[in-house]
Amino acid sequence: MRVVAAMSGGVDSAVAAARMLDAGHEVVGVHLALSQSAATLRESARGCCTIEDAGDARRVADRLGIPFYVWDMAARFKRDVVDDFTREYAAGRTPNPCLRCNEKIKFAALLDKALALGFDAVATGHYAQIVEGVDGRRELHRAVDMAKDQSYVLGVLDEDQLARSFFPLGDTVKPRIREEAAERGFYVASKPDSHDICFIADGDTKGWLTRELGAARGEIVDSDGAVLGQHDGAFAYTVGQRRGLALSRPAADGQPRYVVEVRPETNQVVVGTAELLGVNAITGDHARWCGPAPTGTVRVGAQVRAHGEEFPATAWAVGDRLEVRLDERIRGVAPGQSVVLYDGSRVVGSATIAASRLERVTTPSATTTTTTTKDAV
Amino acid sequence: MNAYLDHAATTPMLPAALAAMAEQLAIVGNPSSLHRTGRAARRVVEESRERIAREVGARPSEVVFTSGGTESDNLALKGTYWARRDADPARNRLLVSTAEHHAVLDCVEFLVEHEGATVTWLECDADGVIDAETVRAAIETDPGSVALVSAMWANNEVGTVQNVTAISAVTREHGIPFHTDAVQAAGHVPVDFAASGADLMAITAHKLGGPVGVGALVARREAKMVPLVHGGGQERQVRSGTLDTAGIAAFSVALAECVAGLEHETARLVALRDDLIDRAMALSADIRPSGFWLRGDGTRRLPGNAHLIVPGCDGDSLLYLLDAAGISCSTGSACQAGVPRPSHVLLALGVSESDARGALRLTLGHTSTASDVDALIAALPAAIDRARRARAIA
Repeated sequence: MRVVAAMSGGVDSAVAAARMLDAGHEVVGVHLALSQSAATLRESARGCCTIEDAGDARRVADRLGIPFYVWDMAARFKRDVVDDFTREYAAGRTPNPCLRCNEKIKFAALLDKALALGFDAVATGHYAQIVEGVDGRRELHRAVDMAKDQSYVLGVLDEDQLARSFFPLGDTVKPRIREEAAERGFYVASKPDSHDICFIADGDTKGWLTRELGAARGEIVDSDGAVLGQHDGAFAYTVGQRRGLALSRPAADGQPRYVVEVRPETNQVVVGTAELLGVNAITGDHARWCGPAPTGTVRVGAQVRAHGEEFPATAWAVGDRLEVRLDERIRGVAPGQSVVLYDGSRVVGSATIAASRLERVTTPSATTTTTTTKDAV
Repeated sequence: MNAYLDHAATTPMLPAALAAMAEQLAIVGNPSSLHRTGRAARRVVEESRERIAREVGARPSEVVFTSGGTESDNLALKGTYWARRDADPARNRLLVSTAEHHAVLDCVEFLVEHEGATVTWLECDADGVIDAETVRAAIETDPGSVALVSAMWANNEVGTVQNVTAISAVTREHGIPFHTDAVQAAGHVPVDFAASGADLMAITAHKLGGPVGVGALVARREAKMVPLVHGGGQERQVRSGTLDTAGIAAFSVALAECVAGLEHETARLVALRDDLIDRAMALSADIRPSGFWLRGDGTRRLPGNAHLIVPGCDGDSLLYLLDAAGISCSTGSACQAGVPRPSHVLLALGVSESDARGALRLTLGHTSTASDVDALIAALPAAIDRARRARAIA
């Protein structure tokens, strides 16, 4: 096949490109330029869109003897990822930009351009596996290396996208990939992993949001409305967050306080005890299926943040919406993050968390009834 | 099979130049040394200087060897600006054409940002030609403030050849130094420094069959420049650094061979270029050459330059698809940190940003043959079709 290897300049995508070549594909390396400012490209010290990273990717491509190009997707990236990120925070939610980038850029803009230019597929250095199912369909599965598994941020890919994607690293643990990179003579073998958000070069998300949205002094309140402190912008808070609250009054019960709700309309941050964070029902929107959409209720494992734990749950879809009922109460369910559903190691699909709550009655029969009602509506 | 259609980026060394270079590389000798070995090297350098001077209509003492076109432009712009400003602080205004190479534009940007310069941009017409009256008007708003005028002899993207003499006639009237970047012109169209009236002229070896890494700034004796590179005081104290005997020798051999064969090579390349443009235009009604183009003309557009606008395409897609088909060419757009941007030259010529994205620069040189053009024309339709589909979805 003719394959575009997306090359960030890091060790993972370098080995992914090499493995595609070994497998006999015709490979062309493409580095995505995602930053709109040439200055950032030159000066930014980290992330995946610096000039050094483009140079590193080019060095690997040259070593592999494959053509290499830089494709400028900065405008699309700004519109579909960065602006969405800012908008989501402004609305009191906590988005995952990597997921959005996979959905809109790597496996959409990049893939579409590649297909138009005569390529058959895109390969990336994501840690996930594509497995051919019994019916010949391509399924998305977790990586062998659970510590590096990135299937969560790929849970937005549909069947057509998966049919055009390769993740050559999913069957290998990360330390082995570094060894392989060294064996292949890639000098990026010891390059540190990228962390955080690539377009926030200094890693200070709060500072970045404050510059984008402007500081806005507001109140930190408890669930009864009593003012406990001040903040400089509700957008900087995430449900489940404990640190950085700077409460002027300690809680009467001496228990730690957590963010339980962000109210952008009144610029208020609501805090409460850990007790209030416990939820067992999640409503998601923007549901995406990595295969055929399930019918009726399904038993799944639900993961609500990147590298988070997986919890047993029952789920059902209502059009673009997803309902998830967890067997047990869990904490740290933040609106804007994605809930990704697993069946064993297989990714079933995902949705963006719109709301979560504690439901007192969650017997299977009750949920089934609810489904029917909702379907009818 | 590879068709190399990027001679304006760099062209293969001429065999005679390669031989001259290899011969000198095998010999020891620093031209600044006083002993016999040094003297032998010095003789090679000076004879090369004399030959280069002769071939571009200059005096040997006017040839200052540098590392290439970029350094020559830097020395001309910065060196002259500093010298002029030191002599008269009021002279801080640069008059520069909008279609210059980045080696000139980025010097201007540097001087504005860090050295208190101001700039008056000289607009060109749709062909890339600067009218002498534009230069006159720009000077005459405040003649006492002008440090330098810079306008290239031949454009590196669209190949337009400037009427340098008409511009120098105006700068001479006002006694203002005039620099011209002749990197693409020397060896490809007749270049006579003395007759041009220019005060400073940048040339480089690797665009005319010499090696990369050697060039010259041809500078009139009275041109005052503050050096950029300090050290041993070589080259009239203007450009220190051990002279590159082998490179300089090869440069002179290549230039002499180009000039000797100019008439014949011009006719040959003009025929190939016109054939390329005609056949490309026949592929699709909206494909057009940019800049000035007249069939059979080899003096107002560089003989080997074919520059096409392919609307609806991204140049980098075309570049990839043609590369995959064995055609090496250029998008003709400036790369900013590896990211293709619409060419400032095309925008200066009034080409729309959308059309400028679909620019393709195809440049012919001494190794080009009709089979290169055939290969391009065979590969172009499929490439355009795919690039258009890619652009439509992006």
